[in-house]
Amino acid sequence: MIARVCTLSFSVAWLCIASIVSAQGFAGLGTGSDGFALPDPDKTFTFPLDHGPHPEFRIEWWYVTATLTGADGQEYGVQWTLFRSALSPEAGTGWQTPQLWMGHAALTSARSHRYAEKLARGGIGQAGVSAAPFEAWIDDWALRSVADAGDPLDAIELHARGADFHYDLSLNADGPLVLQGEQGFSVKSPTGEASHYYSQPFYRVSGTLTLPEGAVAVTGQAWLDREWSSQPLAADQDGWDWLSLQFDDGTRLMGFGLRDGSGTHFTSATWISAEGAATAYGDGALTLEPLEVAEVAGRRVPVRWRVALPARGVTIETTPLNPQAWMGTAFAYWEGPIRFEGSHSGRGYLEMTGYQ
Amino acid sequence: MNAAVFQALWSHWRRHPVQLVTLVLGLALATALWSGVQAINAEARASYGRAAALMGQDQLDRLQTPGGVTLQQYVALRRAGWDLSPVVEGRLLPGLRIVGIDPLSAPPQPALAPLAGDADALAAFVRDGVLLVAPETAAELKGADLPPLRLSADVPPGTAITDIGVAQRLLRTDRISHLLIARSQPSGLAPLESLTALDRVTPDDTSSLAQLTDSFHLNLTAFGLLSFAVGLFIVQSAIGLAFEQRRAAVRTLRALGVSLRRLMLLLAAELAAIALVAAVVGMALGYGIAAALLPGVAGTLRGLYGAQVSGTLSFDPFWAASALVITLLGAAAAGAQALWRVARMPLLAPAQPRAWAMASARAIRVQTAAALCLLFAAAGLALWGGSLMAGFACLAALLVGSALALPMLLLALLRGAARFARGPMAEWLLADARQQVPALSLALMALLLALAANVGVGTMVGSFRTTFVGWLDQRLAPELYLTTRTAEEAAAVTGYLASRSDAVLPNWSVPVTLRGAPAQIYGVVDHATYRENWPLLSSRTDAWDSLAAGNGVLVNEQMARRDRLALGDPLALGDGWTVPVVGIYSDYGNPSAQLIVGMDALAARYPDQPQLRFAVRLAPAAVPGMIAELRQRFDLPADALRDQGAVKAASLRIFDQTFVVTGALNVLTLGVAGFALLTSLLTLSALRLPQVAPVWAMGVAPRRIALTELARTALLAALTWALAVPVGLALAWVLLAVVNVQAFGWRLPMMVFPGGWLWLGFWALTAALLASVWPVWRLLAMPGGHLLRVFANDR
Repeated sequence: MIARVCTLSFSVAWLCIASIVSAQGFAGLGTGSDGFALPDPDKTFTFPLDHGPHPEFRIEWWYVTATLTGADGQEYGVQWTLFRSALSPEAGTGWQTPQLWMGHAALTSARSHRYAEKLARGGIGQAGVSAAPFEAWIDDWALRSVADAGDPLDAIELHARGADFHYDLSLNADGPLVLQGEQGFSVKSPTGEASHYYSQPFYRVSGTLTLPEGAVAVTGQAWLDREWSSQPLAADQDGWDWLSLQFDDGTRLMGFGLRDGSGTHFTSATWISAEGAATAYGDGALTLEPLEVAEVAGRRVPVRWRVALPARGVTIETTPLNPQAWMGTAFAYWEGPIRFEGSHSGRGYLEMTGYQ
Repeated sequence: MNAAVFQALWSHWRRHPVQLVTLVLGLALATALWSGVQAINAEARASYGRAAALMGQDQLDRLQTPGGVTLQQYVALRRAGWDLSPVVEGRLLPGLRIVGIDPLSAPPQPALAPLAGDADALAAFVRDGVLLVAPETAAELKGADLPPLRLSADVPPGTAITDIGVAQRLLRTDRISHLLIARSQPSGLAPLESLTALDRVTPDDTSSLAQLTDSFHLNLTAFGLLSFAVGLFIVQSAIGLAFEQRRAAVRTLRALGVSLRRLMLLLAAELAAIALVAAVVGMALGYGIAAALLPGVAGTLRGLYGAQVSGTLSFDPFWAASALVITLLGAAAAGAQALWRVARMPLLAPAQPRAWAMASARAIRVQTAAALCLLFAAAGLALWGGSLMAGFACLAALLVGSALALPMLLLALLRGAARFARGPMAEWLLADARQQVPALSLALMALLLALAANVGVGTMVGSFRTTFVGWLDQRLAPELYLTTRTAEEAAAVTGYLASRSDAVLPNWSVPVTLRGAPAQIYGVVDHATYRENWPLLSSRTDAWDSLAAGNGVLVNEQMARRDRLALGDPLALGDGWTVPVVGIYSDYGNPSAQLIVGMDALAARYPDQPQLRFAVRLAPAAVPGMIAELRQRFDLPADALRDQGAVKAASLRIFDQTFVVTGALNVLTLGVAGFALLTSLLTLSALRLPQVAPVWAMGVAPRRIALTELARTALLAALTWALAVPVGLALAWVLLAVVNVQAFGWRLPMMVFPGGWLWLGFWALTAALLASVWPVWRLLAMPGGHLLRVFANDR
């Protein structure tokens, strides 16, 4: 039923678009960069300009995940993502633009996982991102700034719609933007593949989810990721496991591990204090250990993890709200809300790609 | 026992191999023509299906508006959440339909398979411009100045699928032809009607290509059926003869105790076995005929309807099965009479050979009565029918009625001629001819049908061609036709021409949807070229003045007939734009509606549609020099400038190609009729010995007898031809005045071509003489003793 939203989408376009988030060494992502710009470790971010697109890079995304609780007491997770994929490193105008866009939206509860997908070409106004005033959109889905002052991302509205759901959320930031890795330069492999990566992990959320059963008022927390690159993966990497964790004490932790063929993780983590001070941890500081594998969409996917960051005394175990949070989109992956217990407790989001 | 009886029956064919070959060949020919036509129809329909299914146009609703959808309108609807996919369609070269799509939103479809699994191919498609075409289209486009081609067998022939941006560039438009509406949409959207003024159109069978070309295929089917019927005459005569000759064997077998039931079953099984062999031969022949004719049919459909049909034939098991069934049914129909007669034969009836179809006078009377009924029905249908089916029913009634009336008419003519006969040989010739009419009637009916079809179709095509040529002369009055690539180029070239020609007339049109069907509106300037030459069928006296003033519209005959428009009727051309019809013009060869309004009126409504095509008036002698000069000065491509002669020649070539298939089927039908005559004469030559022997015995030289035999066949053929001419003319009238109007929407004046009839008479005589040469030669070569024995054995 949910997959029906994709029926209009062209069966082959995904291969191209999917390359943006592919953790499977798709389409030359791990190999060459064909005139695309490469991430620069000395780059200084300029806001709000860098909230906008970087067409000279091959791939880019605006990624929001939210852990919500409804007036009905139920827990929910919401995902809103806009991906940009460039066929060549120029903006272009009209139909001739090489910039392609893909949107993913999902609404997860303990009982259901609904999602939708959108594809569009840039250059004609159907999809795109403008830095000022800030808006990221594809068709009627939008991530739009409503901030009067300060950073445009401090206050945003979020809307998406699928065949059997839609949501309208207001997000207000309680803390600053956080640069991931070394001043926003996030290393992805021992051979130096990297991306530009920053986040806004401090959103308070309120709004409405509309499901076939009716509308639900919700409140909660959200996390926005901004990342762009031209070759984020090394040739031997075939997937990643990524977490955003919001501790009950207001601290945040971002961690990811890129898996190579042997299942070994190249890890990276950022410890974010409740005030927004970030500390980056390189490969090996964070460990990720699968605890339970479930059958999801015909694949075997680790849905529970032990996550440890000994440098901060963190050892936790995660549990998904819905183990079947599979995004059966053209490029398929697992993405859903989690809870965690152990040395710390709280809620967060888990994303896992490259599980065949 | 079955085997023994079967062997006894089968021995007949061993002794008469020619008869067996005739039977198989007749049945195979009938099957071949019928199944060949079916194969052509199936291939054409498959092509329409592919064309219609392309971009889901046969299933998905669409949004459109006259003049096209703007990008802003499309994006606004997408941003309102509606799942739509834009399509740009148009013609580029003659016969190349460009379909521009947005691969990111297009419905999934097999034609795009070459892009699947190939990110580089998709990137090339979106960014660099690639045309996806069928292999045969690629072959036709070799050397054309186009983006790189990529092959996809699922793309309909004559179509190129490309990215929407590329299509807009090639077609020089910034509009979108229509938006396809995905069947499932996100929840909770605002209704489409509240968001846009675009027209929502549901796929409509009435305007589809299949519907449009139905009449053509019905035509082909009718031809196939005619050939099948003619072929069955052969089969009928061959089977009849065989059964007649086997009376003795049948009587003996029954006397030996073989039950009638068993005998009938064995005879039926034998016939079925022969039919099976014939069906296989027929299918092979039919496939060959279809493959040979298909390119011509494809040309016809392109010329008449703009329909693109693949020129290569694919094998369809369903087609093979239906060919098999029709052959078996045909054999059963042709053999039923013979089997029935065996069943009714008294056990001890004398084994006396006699002509199997010696119909009694009563039978001929019944036949004549039926003929009269059918002819009356035909007249009624022609006068009050009013539909395509009625038109074809009228044709069928006319042909069958005439065929049934033939024996009576021949007998009457021969009886009349007998009065003028001088000398015993002449009298014998006529009397013997009269006696042969019943036996030969089936073959002669076949000949009549073939000749009448020839005369009828020949008259129709000839009338059409004459009218068409005259119409072309009127319509193509300007001496030079110019197509420019851009508005700037147009301005430069027309500016240059302004002082060097008598007139530069814009040839500008806008595609629109009127009353639910596609139509083309042309804008014309007020000029003597139109006033003096445009072929108006009817018009108000002030038609051209009204047009110039912007308060009148001319419509083509097709549209006037389809929408029942008469002079003075108001016609809505757009929002708040309604003008009266001030004239109706003939527009042969155009399948769809066309209108003409004043240039200013059209330009006011479609200000942003570039005017790129022009007709130029200048002295005919100056045309070649002007073409060379313009080409050089403005670096125009070869097809940008065409002189009147070239356009006329191209139009006529398309026209002639249109009727290639008709001509081929005509020849085939006549051939089959000749073959039917041959088999009948062969049969008769053996049976007629009792008639010939006394003449020989009276001292007439065999040579003279042979000549008399030839003369008699020629006489019968000539009389049949003479009767076929009026039948053919009636046929032509029905085709022109009834079928054409219903099928194409235009009526043509009927013209007669007596020269053609004479040629046909010559061919009919030749066919008849050729058919009788062998039987006569057998008679000549017959030893006298054989003829003598006739007296001993048969009398």
